[in-house]
Amino acid sequence: MPSVDLATTPLRDLNAALHALSLDTPDTHWTVTNPRGRHSVAVGVAVPVTVEVAGHVGYYCAGMNERATIIVAGSAGVGVAENMMSGRVHVKGDASQAAGATGRGGLLVIDGNASARCGISMKGIDIVVKGNIGPMSAFMAQAGRLVVLGDAGDALGDSIYEARLYVRGAVKSLGADCIEKPMREEHHAELRALLDAADLADVPTTAFRRYGSGRTLYNFHVDNAAAY
Amino acid sequence: MQHQAIESNAASERAMCGIVGLFLRNPGLEPELGAMLSVMLATMSDRGPDSAGFAVYGEGDAGRVKLTLRDPEASDFPALAAELTARLGATLPIVVRDTHAVLSVPMALETAVRTELAALVPGLDVVSAGGRMEIYKEVGLPPEVARRFGLERMRGTHGIGHTRMATESAVTTRGAHPFTTGADQCLVHNGSLSNHNGVRRTLLREGLRIATDNDSEVAAGYLTWRMREGSTLGGALEEALDDLDGFYTFVVGTESGFGVLRDPIACKPAVMAETPDYVAFGSEYRALVDLPGIEQARVWEPEPATVYFWERH
Repeated sequence: MPSVDLATTPLRDLNAALHALSLDTPDTHWTVTNPRGRHSVAVGVAVPVTVEVAGHVGYYCAGMNERATIIVAGSAGVGVAENMMSGRVHVKGDASQAAGATGRGGLLVIDGNASARCGISMKGIDIVVKGNIGPMSAFMAQAGRLVVLGDAGDALGDSIYEARLYVRGAVKSLGADCIEKPMREEHHAELRALLDAADLADVPTTAFRRYGSGRTLYNFHVDNAAAY
Repeated sequence: MQHQAIESNAASERAMCGIVGLFLRNPGLEPELGAMLSVMLATMSDRGPDSAGFAVYGEGDAGRVKLTLRDPEASDFPALAAELTARLGATLPIVVRDTHAVLSVPMALETAVRTELAALVPGLDVVSAGGRMEIYKEVGLPPEVARRFGLERMRGTHGIGHTRMATESAVTTRGAHPFTTGADQCLVHNGSLSNHNGVRRTLLREGLRIATDNDSEVAAGYLTWRMREGSTLGGALEEALDDLDGFYTFVVGTESGFGVLRDPIACKPAVMAETPDYVAFGSEYRALVDLPGIEQARVWEPEPATVYFWERH
C-alpha cells in the first residue's frame, strides 16, 4: 500500500508513478498526505486503483480520471474531476468552480457544496452534490445526470442539451431553455440508482424535481436572425 | 491609437495574477501581520512572478500623515528629508526601505511637502498617503520584493498584496498593484474592466487625480469618489456593481476596513478563510495553508456580485 508525502515527494513523481501502473497492478490502494492545496493531484490516472488524499487539493484534482477511485478528505479547487471518463471521485469537503466540467463518464460525489458552474458542459458524467451548487451550473450540459440535495444558484442549466438535473432544494432561477419536467416512474428509478451509488440509500426520491432542456434552442429561428 | 493600445495591454496583463489579503481580529497577531502576509504573497508567485506590491496598515501618529515615496533612481532619502526640513521648518522623520521611504508629515504641511517634493525630485512618485497605510511595489519575484522591503518584520492590523503576471507589455513598477487614489485607501484587482475610459472621465470631472491608463486605478478611484460622496466602503462596493463593467475580483483596504467583491460572473478565483483571529483572502487556497489555525478555519468562496466587508471597531 504505497504512501506518498507531498511535503517531501514532488507532485510530478506521484503522478508519474500513478501513470506507470498497469491495469493489473498489485498496488491498488494509495494514500497521499500533505497536498496543501496543490494543483493537479492524481490527474490522469487510468487504472482501477484507489487514491486517498488526506487534505485539501487545488485545481484539476482527478482530472481525466479513468477507472480509478479518487477520494479527497478535504475540499477541492477549480475543476475537480474535469473530463473524467470513468471511475469515481469523492470529495468529502466542498468543491470550487467547474466541478466535473466536460466529464464524459464515471461518478463524482461531493459531500459539501459545489460553487459556480458545477457540471458545465458535462457529457455523460454523473454528479451527486449533497449540499448546494452555485450559479450557472450545468451550463450547456449535454449528457449525464446532476443530482443536488440542496439548492441551486442562478441560471441553472442555461442552454442545456440532454443532461437531466434533479434538485431537491430551491432553484434560484433557470437559465435559457432550461425547464422543469415531470418526475415519471423511470426518473424516480434513475434517481434512486444514482443516490444508492452515492451511498445515499436512505434519501427518498420524492422531494426531488427534474429539470432539462426545453429544446427550443436546437434549431435556428429566423425571428432571431437580427441577433447574429 | 497609442493610448488605446496601452490600455488594452494594461487590461490583459491581469489575466492571471494573484491576490492576498489579511484582516486581523486578534490584536495579539498584529506583530506577525507582515510575516503572515509575506508567506501568502510568496505562495502566489506562480500566478504573478513579474512584480509584486502590498499595502500594510500599521502604526500612525495623530495629526500626521505618512507619505510613501518611491524613487527609481534611489535618491538619498535622508538628505531629501533634511532638505525638506530646512525648507519647511518642521522635522520630518523618514524611514527608508530600499527604493521606497516613508515620510511622516504634519497634516497641515502635506500640500507644501508634495509641492516641494515635485520640485526637488521630478521623477519621484508619492505611492501612497494616509494616517496608517504604507504601499510598496516593485518589479521582481514576489519573495524577493517582500524581502527587499522587509515585509516580514512589519506589524499592522490588516494588509493586502498582489502578484502580477504581465503577458504582453513591459514589466514596470508603474503597472504594479496596489493602487491608491485617496488617503488610507487602496485596491488590488484581478480581472479587467471594459468601461474604465468612461468612468475615468467621470472621475476626472469630479476632481480625482488618476496617474495611469490602468483600469484598476480607475476602480480604486471610483471607490474613493463614492466614499468621498458619503458612501461607506460596503455602500461604495454595492455601487460598483452597477457602475463598473467587466470582470473583477477586488480586495480593498481602508483605514479601518477590508472588503471583497467579485463580478456577477465570478470569473476570477477567490477563497476566504475566517477564524476568530482573522479573515484572510487568497486567489487560491494554497496562499492560506500556512496561516495559524487554518485547519479549523471556515474556508469558503465569496459569492458573485456580493459585497463582503469587515470593519475594525
